[in-house]
Amino acid sequence: MSVMAKPLAHAHGHEEHDHEAELRKEHLLLDPKPRGEMNAMVMDMMGGTTWKFWVVAAIMGALVLWGLVYSWGIMIAQGLGLAGVNQPVYWGLFLVHTVFWIGISHAGTFVSALLRVFKAEFRRPFTRAAELMTTFSLAQAAVMIFAHMGRVWLAYWMFPLPNQRQLWPNFHSPLMWDFLAINTYLLSSTMYLFLPLIPDLAMARDRSTGWRRKLYSILALGWRGTEGEWTHLRHALNIFAFAILPIMFSVHTIVSWDFAVAMRPGWSSTIFGPYFVVGAIHSGVAAVGMVLVAVRAFIKNMDYFIRPEHFDALGKLMLIISMAWAYFFFNDFMVQWYGGDRWTDELLHFHEAGKWGWIWFLMLICNIAVPWLTLWNKTIRRTPWAMFIIGLLINVGMWAERFIIVPVSLAINRMPFRWGDYEPGVEVPIFIGSVAFFILLYMLASRILPLVPVWEVQEGQMAHSIRKYGKEPVVTVSDLE
Amino acid sequence: MAKNHNIPEYKAEWKAGEEGKWGMAIDMDICTGCNACVAACAMENNIPFVGEEDAGYGRGMHWIRIERLWEGKYPEVKTEFQPVMCQQCGSAPCEPVCPVFASVHSQAEKLNVQVYNRCVGTRYCANNCPYVVRTFNWRDYDRPEPLNNQLNPDVTVRQRGVMEKCTFCVQRIHKAQDQAKSEGREVFDGEVQPACAQACPADAIVFGRIDDPESRVSKLAKQGRGYKLLEDLNTLPQVTYLKGGSHVRNG
Repeated sequence: MSVMAKPLAHAHGHEEHDHEAELRKEHLLLDPKPRGEMNAMVMDMMGGTTWKFWVVAAIMGALVLWGLVYSWGIMIAQGLGLAGVNQPVYWGLFLVHTVFWIGISHAGTFVSALLRVFKAEFRRPFTRAAELMTTFSLAQAAVMIFAHMGRVWLAYWMFPLPNQRQLWPNFHSPLMWDFLAINTYLLSSTMYLFLPLIPDLAMARDRSTGWRRKLYSILALGWRGTEGEWTHLRHALNIFAFAILPIMFSVHTIVSWDFAVAMRPGWSSTIFGPYFVVGAIHSGVAAVGMVLVAVRAFIKNMDYFIRPEHFDALGKLMLIISMAWAYFFFNDFMVQWYGGDRWTDELLHFHEAGKWGWIWFLMLICNIAVPWLTLWNKTIRRTPWAMFIIGLLINVGMWAERFIIVPVSLAINRMPFRWGDYEPGVEVPIFIGSVAFFILLYMLASRILPLVPVWEVQEGQMAHSIRKYGKEPVVTVSDLE
Repeated sequence: MAKNHNIPEYKAEWKAGEEGKWGMAIDMDICTGCNACVAACAMENNIPFVGEEDAGYGRGMHWIRIERLWEGKYPEVKTEFQPVMCQQCGSAPCEPVCPVFASVHSQAEKLNVQVYNRCVGTRYCANNCPYVVRTFNWRDYDRPEPLNNQLNPDVTVRQRGVMEKCTFCVQRIHKAQDQAKSEGREVFDGEVQPACAQACPADAIVFGRIDDPESRVSKLAKQGRGYKLLEDLNTLPQVTYLKGGSHVRNG
């Protein structure tokens, strides 16, 4: 590392000493540990696996087998009749869950790249955990898209493969844009996950034996930690952090276009692009909070890295994003309602007062009331279990929003004789399977990959300085760049 | 840029004043709602029977349906019957959204066709169809003996996971065209009849060339009673509904 260590200023007198201890307890960057000790802590995280871990992993594996192998397999063999879709609700929970998982995947990149670009130092210990969430939830979104298809065994026809009959995918179709955008996002977010992993993998390589050493040697790409390598890594990260943000925005905008370009009341809305992006970040940041609580509770040594200050910062972010979501929701609703189109009026009335009206109200309560009534309070923001519950409720609310947009809106169309309803079928076990698959992937990754970007934390601890913004002393590493 | 004719057009290129080719006129004043067209269509086009439960859940696969609509308040109620099938839109919303070109516009017949072999089952076309006339093969449905002997050899049997819809009985159009060609003449008006028109006891469904001003369907469409379904969406449907005759309808 190319920066000089800055020890804390020497304390004068007892009072200042107390204050300093408090600051140490509060801020990870002010509570440095020797590099060797911290590396050992992170290695210990990956190594110390108890029998409880394997019991949970086995349960998750069984759920995956039941949901994704057995239930989905039967559905492929017998047809989508096992799901709840019908005429006119041609799209159901599979599409809801596709949007749901893509939404969750957004925050990983958002938290990591945006906070990196803006040099928000509190990001340092948890960027990795967030980026892993992005990659794994995108995989679940792919599962959901494939489950949704009528003839999934022909899914490769979406690829522009050269063939003798000169059949080509239709680039006019929003589904094609979606397919390309999600692939781009999956590739770029995986690279963005991998780049900052390299120094940590090299650290792990130098401290392990056996198969782990072999694995890390391959993954670390021969990293030695020379000045030139650090410079290249920093350049690459800078480029990726800036480049991945527009990709992130484009992905969910294009997901929203699947609905917005269609000729349907309730879908054909010009604000759907930003509305979906904000909704995705809303559910995603809440999910990052949930993952951090879980990781902190279940993984050794994590309470050193993830502290109340991080939940505090995430809570503020969640509150602001909830306000932004409320603004976009109101904007979408207001303009459609004021427009007075007859079919849209019918639809909006059905949203609130129809059979699924309680889901519409659940959406408003979970997405607006819950964060607004709780997250202004610092004590609540700093309590991990409370943040877990709030994060869960926000995700329930965002799920409800997608449920309203997909199957509930499809029940109403311009041919009143063909109005319908929707009852979920095999979608439910497949969704449970995908949640279990997500947790299982995360658990297995936590055994193999360092969940904390050690070098970033160490860099922050060494290079920080304290600046005053108003009354608030803020830890910053802006001197570094 | 030179046009590549190997790539199918996703949308008919309508110029001002240009008509489609095949069209239909449905006289709602004389439709009795007897559902003979629905049955005939199912026989002709190998449409599976989905069973009571699935049909009740909105998975009936008929390509044509009789919409029964009530007008007025009890006891002054009038029943209204409206047969609805694919409107063969000139500017069809189902076509551009298909990611694999399974829903395309045929240049020869100027019809909206569904390529079953190419369909991967995303169902986007059905969501974007304002008439809700596309049906999906939710399962592989049984054809117990002796129903398997009833299959029409001119029409493909569809697999589960595939979208389908009314074709204007394109197999009958082709048959008549082949016959006319072998006899060295044009197809004459009334030679082609889709199954629904053939079965209609009231002769409420009339089929023919709408680009021929002398055909029966063109004359009916120009009577002044005609309107198109959801015309404001500008999908350019090729089915004209006739309504508002002088006689008292349905009692």
